[in-house]
Amino acid sequence: MNHPASKIESRSGFERTLDGTFYWSAKLLAFAIAGVLVWITIQVAIAAMPAIKEFGVGFLSNSSWNPVKNQYGVWPAIYGTVVSSFIALALSVPIGLGVAIFLSEDYLPSSVQRITVFLVELLAAIPSVVYGLWGIFVLIPFLKGFTSLKGPGMLPAALILSVMILPTIAAIARDAITNVDLGLRQAAVGLGATRWETIIQIILPAASSGIIGGIMLALGRALGETMAVTMLIGNSNKVDTSIFAPSNTVSSLLANQFAEASGLQVAALMYAALILFFITLVVNVLAQLLVTRLQKI
Amino acid sequence: MNTPNLETSDYGEISLKRNPTSPRTLFGLVMSGIAGLFTLMAIIPLFIILSYLITKGVSSLSASVFTELPPPPLVDGGGFGNAILGTVLMVGIGALISIPLGIMAAIYLSEFNEGQVADWIRFATNVLSGVPSIIVGVFAYSAIVLTFRSYSAWAGGFALSILMLPIIVRTTDESLKLVPQDVRQASVGIGANQYQTVLQVVLPAALPAIITGITLSIARAAGETAPLLFTALFTQYWPNWDALLVEPTASLAVLVYNFAIVPFKNQQELAWGAAFILVLLVLFTSVISRLATAKRTY
Repeated sequence: MNHPASKIESRSGFERTLDGTFYWSAKLLAFAIAGVLVWITIQVAIAAMPAIKEFGVGFLSNSSWNPVKNQYGVWPAIYGTVVSSFIALALSVPIGLGVAIFLSEDYLPSSVQRITVFLVELLAAIPSVVYGLWGIFVLIPFLKGFTSLKGPGMLPAALILSVMILPTIAAIARDAITNVDLGLRQAAVGLGATRWETIIQIILPAASSGIIGGIMLALGRALGETMAVTMLIGNSNKVDTSIFAPSNTVSSLLANQFAEASGLQVAALMYAALILFFITLVVNVLAQLLVTRLQKI
Repeated sequence: MNTPNLETSDYGEISLKRNPTSPRTLFGLVMSGIAGLFTLMAIIPLFIILSYLITKGVSSLSASVFTELPPPPLVDGGGFGNAILGTVLMVGIGALISIPLGIMAAIYLSEFNEGQVADWIRFATNVLSGVPSIIVGVFAYSAIVLTFRSYSAWAGGFALSILMLPIIVRTTDESLKLVPQDVRQASVGIGANQYQTVLQVVLPAALPAIITGITLSIARAAGETAPLLFTALFTQYWPNWDALLVEPTASLAVLVYNFAIVPFKNQQELAWGAAFILVLLVLFTSVISRLATAKRTY
């Protein structure tokens, strides 16, 4: 028998092992990604334990932050985080939606449209600390000129935040809008709807889960955004309802105090970090669920 | 039979012509105008910020800026050579950790796709990319800085690697998926193993897109400040090789932060210079990656 098939042997043990090792190491490292999330949670929770035992749930509603007396509470920081994020959302949701609609219709020639989409995306690429630098030297002096702003405060921080989260909203909303089945649009136009009747009554409702997902993702970014906000919000640890007054956020509390903290203060900061982590985690998980649903449609 | 007569129907005179003054048309015009205006409003900040960076940043740059150490307050001259080196070092450490890990994880997701499990890991990756960078800093502080009892370039690099990881996994996963199934079948058909198919056929085919993703993650990491604030801290001095980098390490991003909030003119100018370099890096990589992905081979 001189047939070539007779020379075919099964794979050597070495090759099988190599193949198996490759598969298992890839699998292990993939699980390591999920493991990192768990590791972050456990590590921060353990470090926060002394403060959790000491202050309990009251930590959330207490508004004193006093390293001398070791009295800690994050209410002003949580208030500032939520208020700054929602002012930013109130500004960037309509603008971001406008951008998404404008850049998914045929207003611009496609080459100009592509460049404009890229320019909006670039806003997301500028480092946060650069936004902060610009805010300190340009935005705050500018706002001082015609408002009662005296220096750093809620207004400049929220304005910069809205610029920073705008690309997230615009990009995901645009994806959601362009993913809407063309047949829906054609049917609406065929029934005699104008461009904007189609957009408002057909396209936006059909794309709503993706759009809301994008807004939630932007909210998650705004809640956790650190550098630009720290540089612009004034870091004053009290609740003031004026948007011209300095305020504080959980992330800027961490950025400002962590390096010099010791003892119970570190634990209290870890507790604050854990709260922020938990809030952004919930927002992000909800956002991901909505956006993934969009991809499956 | 009663056929409807359009011209004399109850609806009055019906015209199929577009009526430029009807409320429906006007509403559309107004909304189009608003959408266009919003788009303009979205792009204007980009140009304002870039123009300030160029005017203020370029004027503070000189050759000595790249080689000298940061000046103390009220002293003229100086530069941020140590911060550039520190950023390169820490981003390098971050890349060394996150690139192999991220690519292997993406290979599992794309090549050994096991349904539900892969979906869950993708989900975890997306959630990880949404974790605020300050939390990653706090985590790296308690995991690395407290363990080794010192601020270090390693802790900074570790924190950056966690931020780079989801970007690398996602872009690699997506670029592997773009490689046609035929290529894999052809490879297996001529007798290649799994690892040979992946490493010698699929990965090289997707390499340009993967490198683009890595470049983007590096640019993003170079501009991150919050994770370095209390892992690498900052220093006026050069990285210390004798101490194996287990010492506070300067970085461009932290330099911008530290020098932006001081009242000293010279330091503020250096902050603008460093910010200009960071943005230049980000813009450059963004444009390059956009051009690279524009002409995909597959």
